[in-house]
Amino acid sequence: MSLVLKFSLFFFFLLLNISNSFSAEKQEKLLKQSWSFDGFFGKFDRASLQRGYQVYTEVCSSCHSMNLLSYRNLSEAGGPSFSEEEVKAIASKVEVLDGPNDKGEMFRRPGKPSDKFTSPFPNEKAARAANGGAYPPDMSVLVKARAGGPDYIYSILMGYDDKPPKGIKLEDGVYYNKYMPGNKIKMAQPLNKDSVNYSDGTLATQEQLAKDVVTFLTWASEPHLEARKRIGFKTVFYLLILTVLVYLVKKKIWLSVEPKV
Amino acid sequence: MSGKDSDLNSNNIKPVHTNKVGGSPFKGVVGWIDNRLPIIRMFKYEYLDFQVPKNLSYLWSLGGILMICLIFLIVTGLVLGMHYKPSSTEAFISVEKIMRDVNYGWLLRYAHMNFASFFFIAVYIHIFRGLYYGSYKEPRQLMWLIGIVIFFMMMATAFLGYTLPWGQMSYWGATVITNLFSAVPLVGKAIVTWLWGDYSVGDSTLNRFYVLHWLLAFGILGVVIFHVIALHIVGSNNPSGIEPADTRDTVSFAPFTTSKDLFAMLIFLLAFVLITMYAPNYLGHPDNYIPADPLVTPAHIVPEWYFLPFYAILRSIPDKLLGVIAMVSSIAVLGLLPWLDLSKVRSSVFRPIWKQFVFLFVLDFFILMYVGGMPAEGIYVLIARVGTVYWFLFFLVIAPLVSLTEKTLPMPNSIHEYEDWKKQGRIKTFKIF
Ligand code: HEC
Ligand code: HEM
Repeated sequence: MSLVLKFSLFFFFLLLNISNSFSAEKQEKLLKQSWSFDGFFGKFDRASLQRGYQVYTEVCSSCHSMNLLSYRNLSEAGGPSFSEEEVKAIASKVEVLDGPNDKGEMFRRPGKPSDKFTSPFPNEKAARAANGGAYPPDMSVLVKARAGGPDYIYSILMGYDDKPPKGIKLEDGVYYNKYMPGNKIKMAQPLNKDSVNYSDGTLATQEQLAKDVVTFLTWASEPHLEARKRIGFKTVFYLLILTVLVYLVKKKIWLSVEPKV
Repeated sequence: MSGKDSDLNSNNIKPVHTNKVGGSPFKGVVGWIDNRLPIIRMFKYEYLDFQVPKNLSYLWSLGGILMICLIFLIVTGLVLGMHYKPSSTEAFISVEKIMRDVNYGWLLRYAHMNFASFFFIAVYIHIFRGLYYGSYKEPRQLMWLIGIVIFFMMMATAFLGYTLPWGQMSYWGATVITNLFSAVPLVGKAIVTWLWGDYSVGDSTLNRFYVLHWLLAFGILGVVIFHVIALHIVGSNNPSGIEPADTRDTVSFAPFTTSKDLFAMLIFLLAFVLITMYAPNYLGHPDNYIPADPLVTPAHIVPEWYFLPFYAILRSIPDKLLGVIAMVSSIAVLGLLPWLDLSKVRSSVFRPIWKQFVFLFVLDFFILMYVGGMPAEGIYVLIARVGTVYWFLFFLVIAPLVSLTEKTLPMPNSIHEYEDWKKQGRIKTFKIF
């Protein structure tokens, strides 16, 4: 048995190395945070999700879209858990283009929970034009699309430095960031102390803002994370018991072949 | 009347039996069906009474595990296919919709993705088992060859499947691999255009890849059935490499092999569930969550982990055509092994020299896997070349040479004697082996 273990451990560590090697080029060690959603029993911190949503709407959403999410998602289980009333109120604040109506005309109406999050720009070209040629990526799956996931996004948000190391020339609209591949980013530091006014009394430090928005973005990328971990734990538990039972049965069956092994 | 009899006696008339009803060992309704459709007795003979060497180790459980993987892949794939849209504008979004809006869609998709990886983990262990115990030798050569066909088909299916979510790695992986065909002299470019159905990887490519992904998956199932039929003719090899002679050497498939295999499957499933539920994207590449963009080439284009050794072989050769030939031959050469390894002894347990080279080969596999994930520059190129050379040397030179010169260890006469020797410490093996 111990050899089975060693063998599989060896294999997994090897795979571990390999998947790390995919992202071989990042130089700076990421700022590792302990996230509430880490680990076997990880869950999102609801208050943090709600604050993170506020940071996203008030700051990031002026440049970054989130095309895959609908307002209704905000009240679904495992998410920020806004009430349905709150979601209706949130959605009604935006204007969406609908139609054509019976006269064949497009019209504007207040948003509904079933609408997708509105985008800041009508298309990629417009987004680039407004951002010095760089495209602010859609945030729906951004956390999964970067090696390091939540820690990486957090590090980007915290990795700005007004005084870049000597030898690095920054053109107009380009900023120094320790964690961005190549250390240059075309997004101005989006979060500063008190960028957002939290209504629940939480101090809006840069760290707190970054943590909240990353929590929100992680949920957006992986809305069923809590269900996955919950079901995962049950399944592992069930399988473990079954495995032990099957092992005992197997031993008993084989007794007639290998009397004392 | 008498005329008929004399007709039967004449030379060119023989009795026929178009009606073969009968012969079932069962009674009642089951017997009635089995007399007409003999699958129930087939199941009894081939899966309940079937005799299997009693000394099989857990390495022999991988075949059943592979079958489970294939079935799960097909079942999850079928349901994914009901929601997936094979179009370059919708594919990425439809996969995300599966993950978000379809009930337990996230589970389906993550399970399908990770079963593909675990399928390869299992097949690599399975192939290693064959290599180590000489399962490719007489009379199992055809099984070995069928296995290699399955392996090729698995690789094609997984490659096609990986393009379906239409992320950056899907798109660029498909571009790099399909472009390999352009190395074919004269008609290369034409072949590539034909494969793409366009002048670049695009909507029509995705559409046909989706169809072929389906087709090949079921194709694998078909070939697997041949693999199993052949197995039931030649029987299982075993760690001693000695054919069983009597009931002291065997156990019946049920309940002995079934209970043991079930235990192994559960361990395998546990590993699968841990990865799928707690690190579902661990074996994948983050870039595949960036929608495909023909205008932006990723910094490093890397295939899925299970292709890395062969990718390393491909890149180790500076010439494109030769690289492709090397990559394809690195797998095809496995098929020659039954005729390159001339030793009459199957099991490496009795082959002290060959055994070392087999382990070295396994190491080579992992080293190639490692360099396959690294950029093709500097020291990695050198390592990849050395690894590639050993890969081919192992089959083409070492196998025949060692088999002709090696002095094998004394062997017991039967499996039950082998087991006795093991207990006495006269044979040293790893416990799981
Ligand atoms: C003024 C517009 C603007 C705002 C506001 C903004 N971003 Fe960005 N963001 C950009 C642009 C432009 C890029 C692309 C930068 C590049 O490619 O150099 C970007 C890129 C990013 C990246 C990707 C870095 C990478 O690895 O490619 C992250 C992460 C990010 N933004 C997070 C945020 C978060 C979180 C917020 C809100 C707190 C935010 N951004 C607010 C414009 C903005
Ligand atoms: C031989 C077994 C199979 C293998 C090795 C395999 C492999 C794969 C792989 C590697 C992917 C990409 C996963 C990802 O990154 O998202 C994939 C996707 C997909 N496969 Fe399969 N597959 C198999 C069988 C099937 C079958 C039988 C079907 C349907 C009948 C199917 C339908 C799909 C669909 C719809 C997708 C796209 C959705 C997605 O990306 O998750 N597959 N497959």
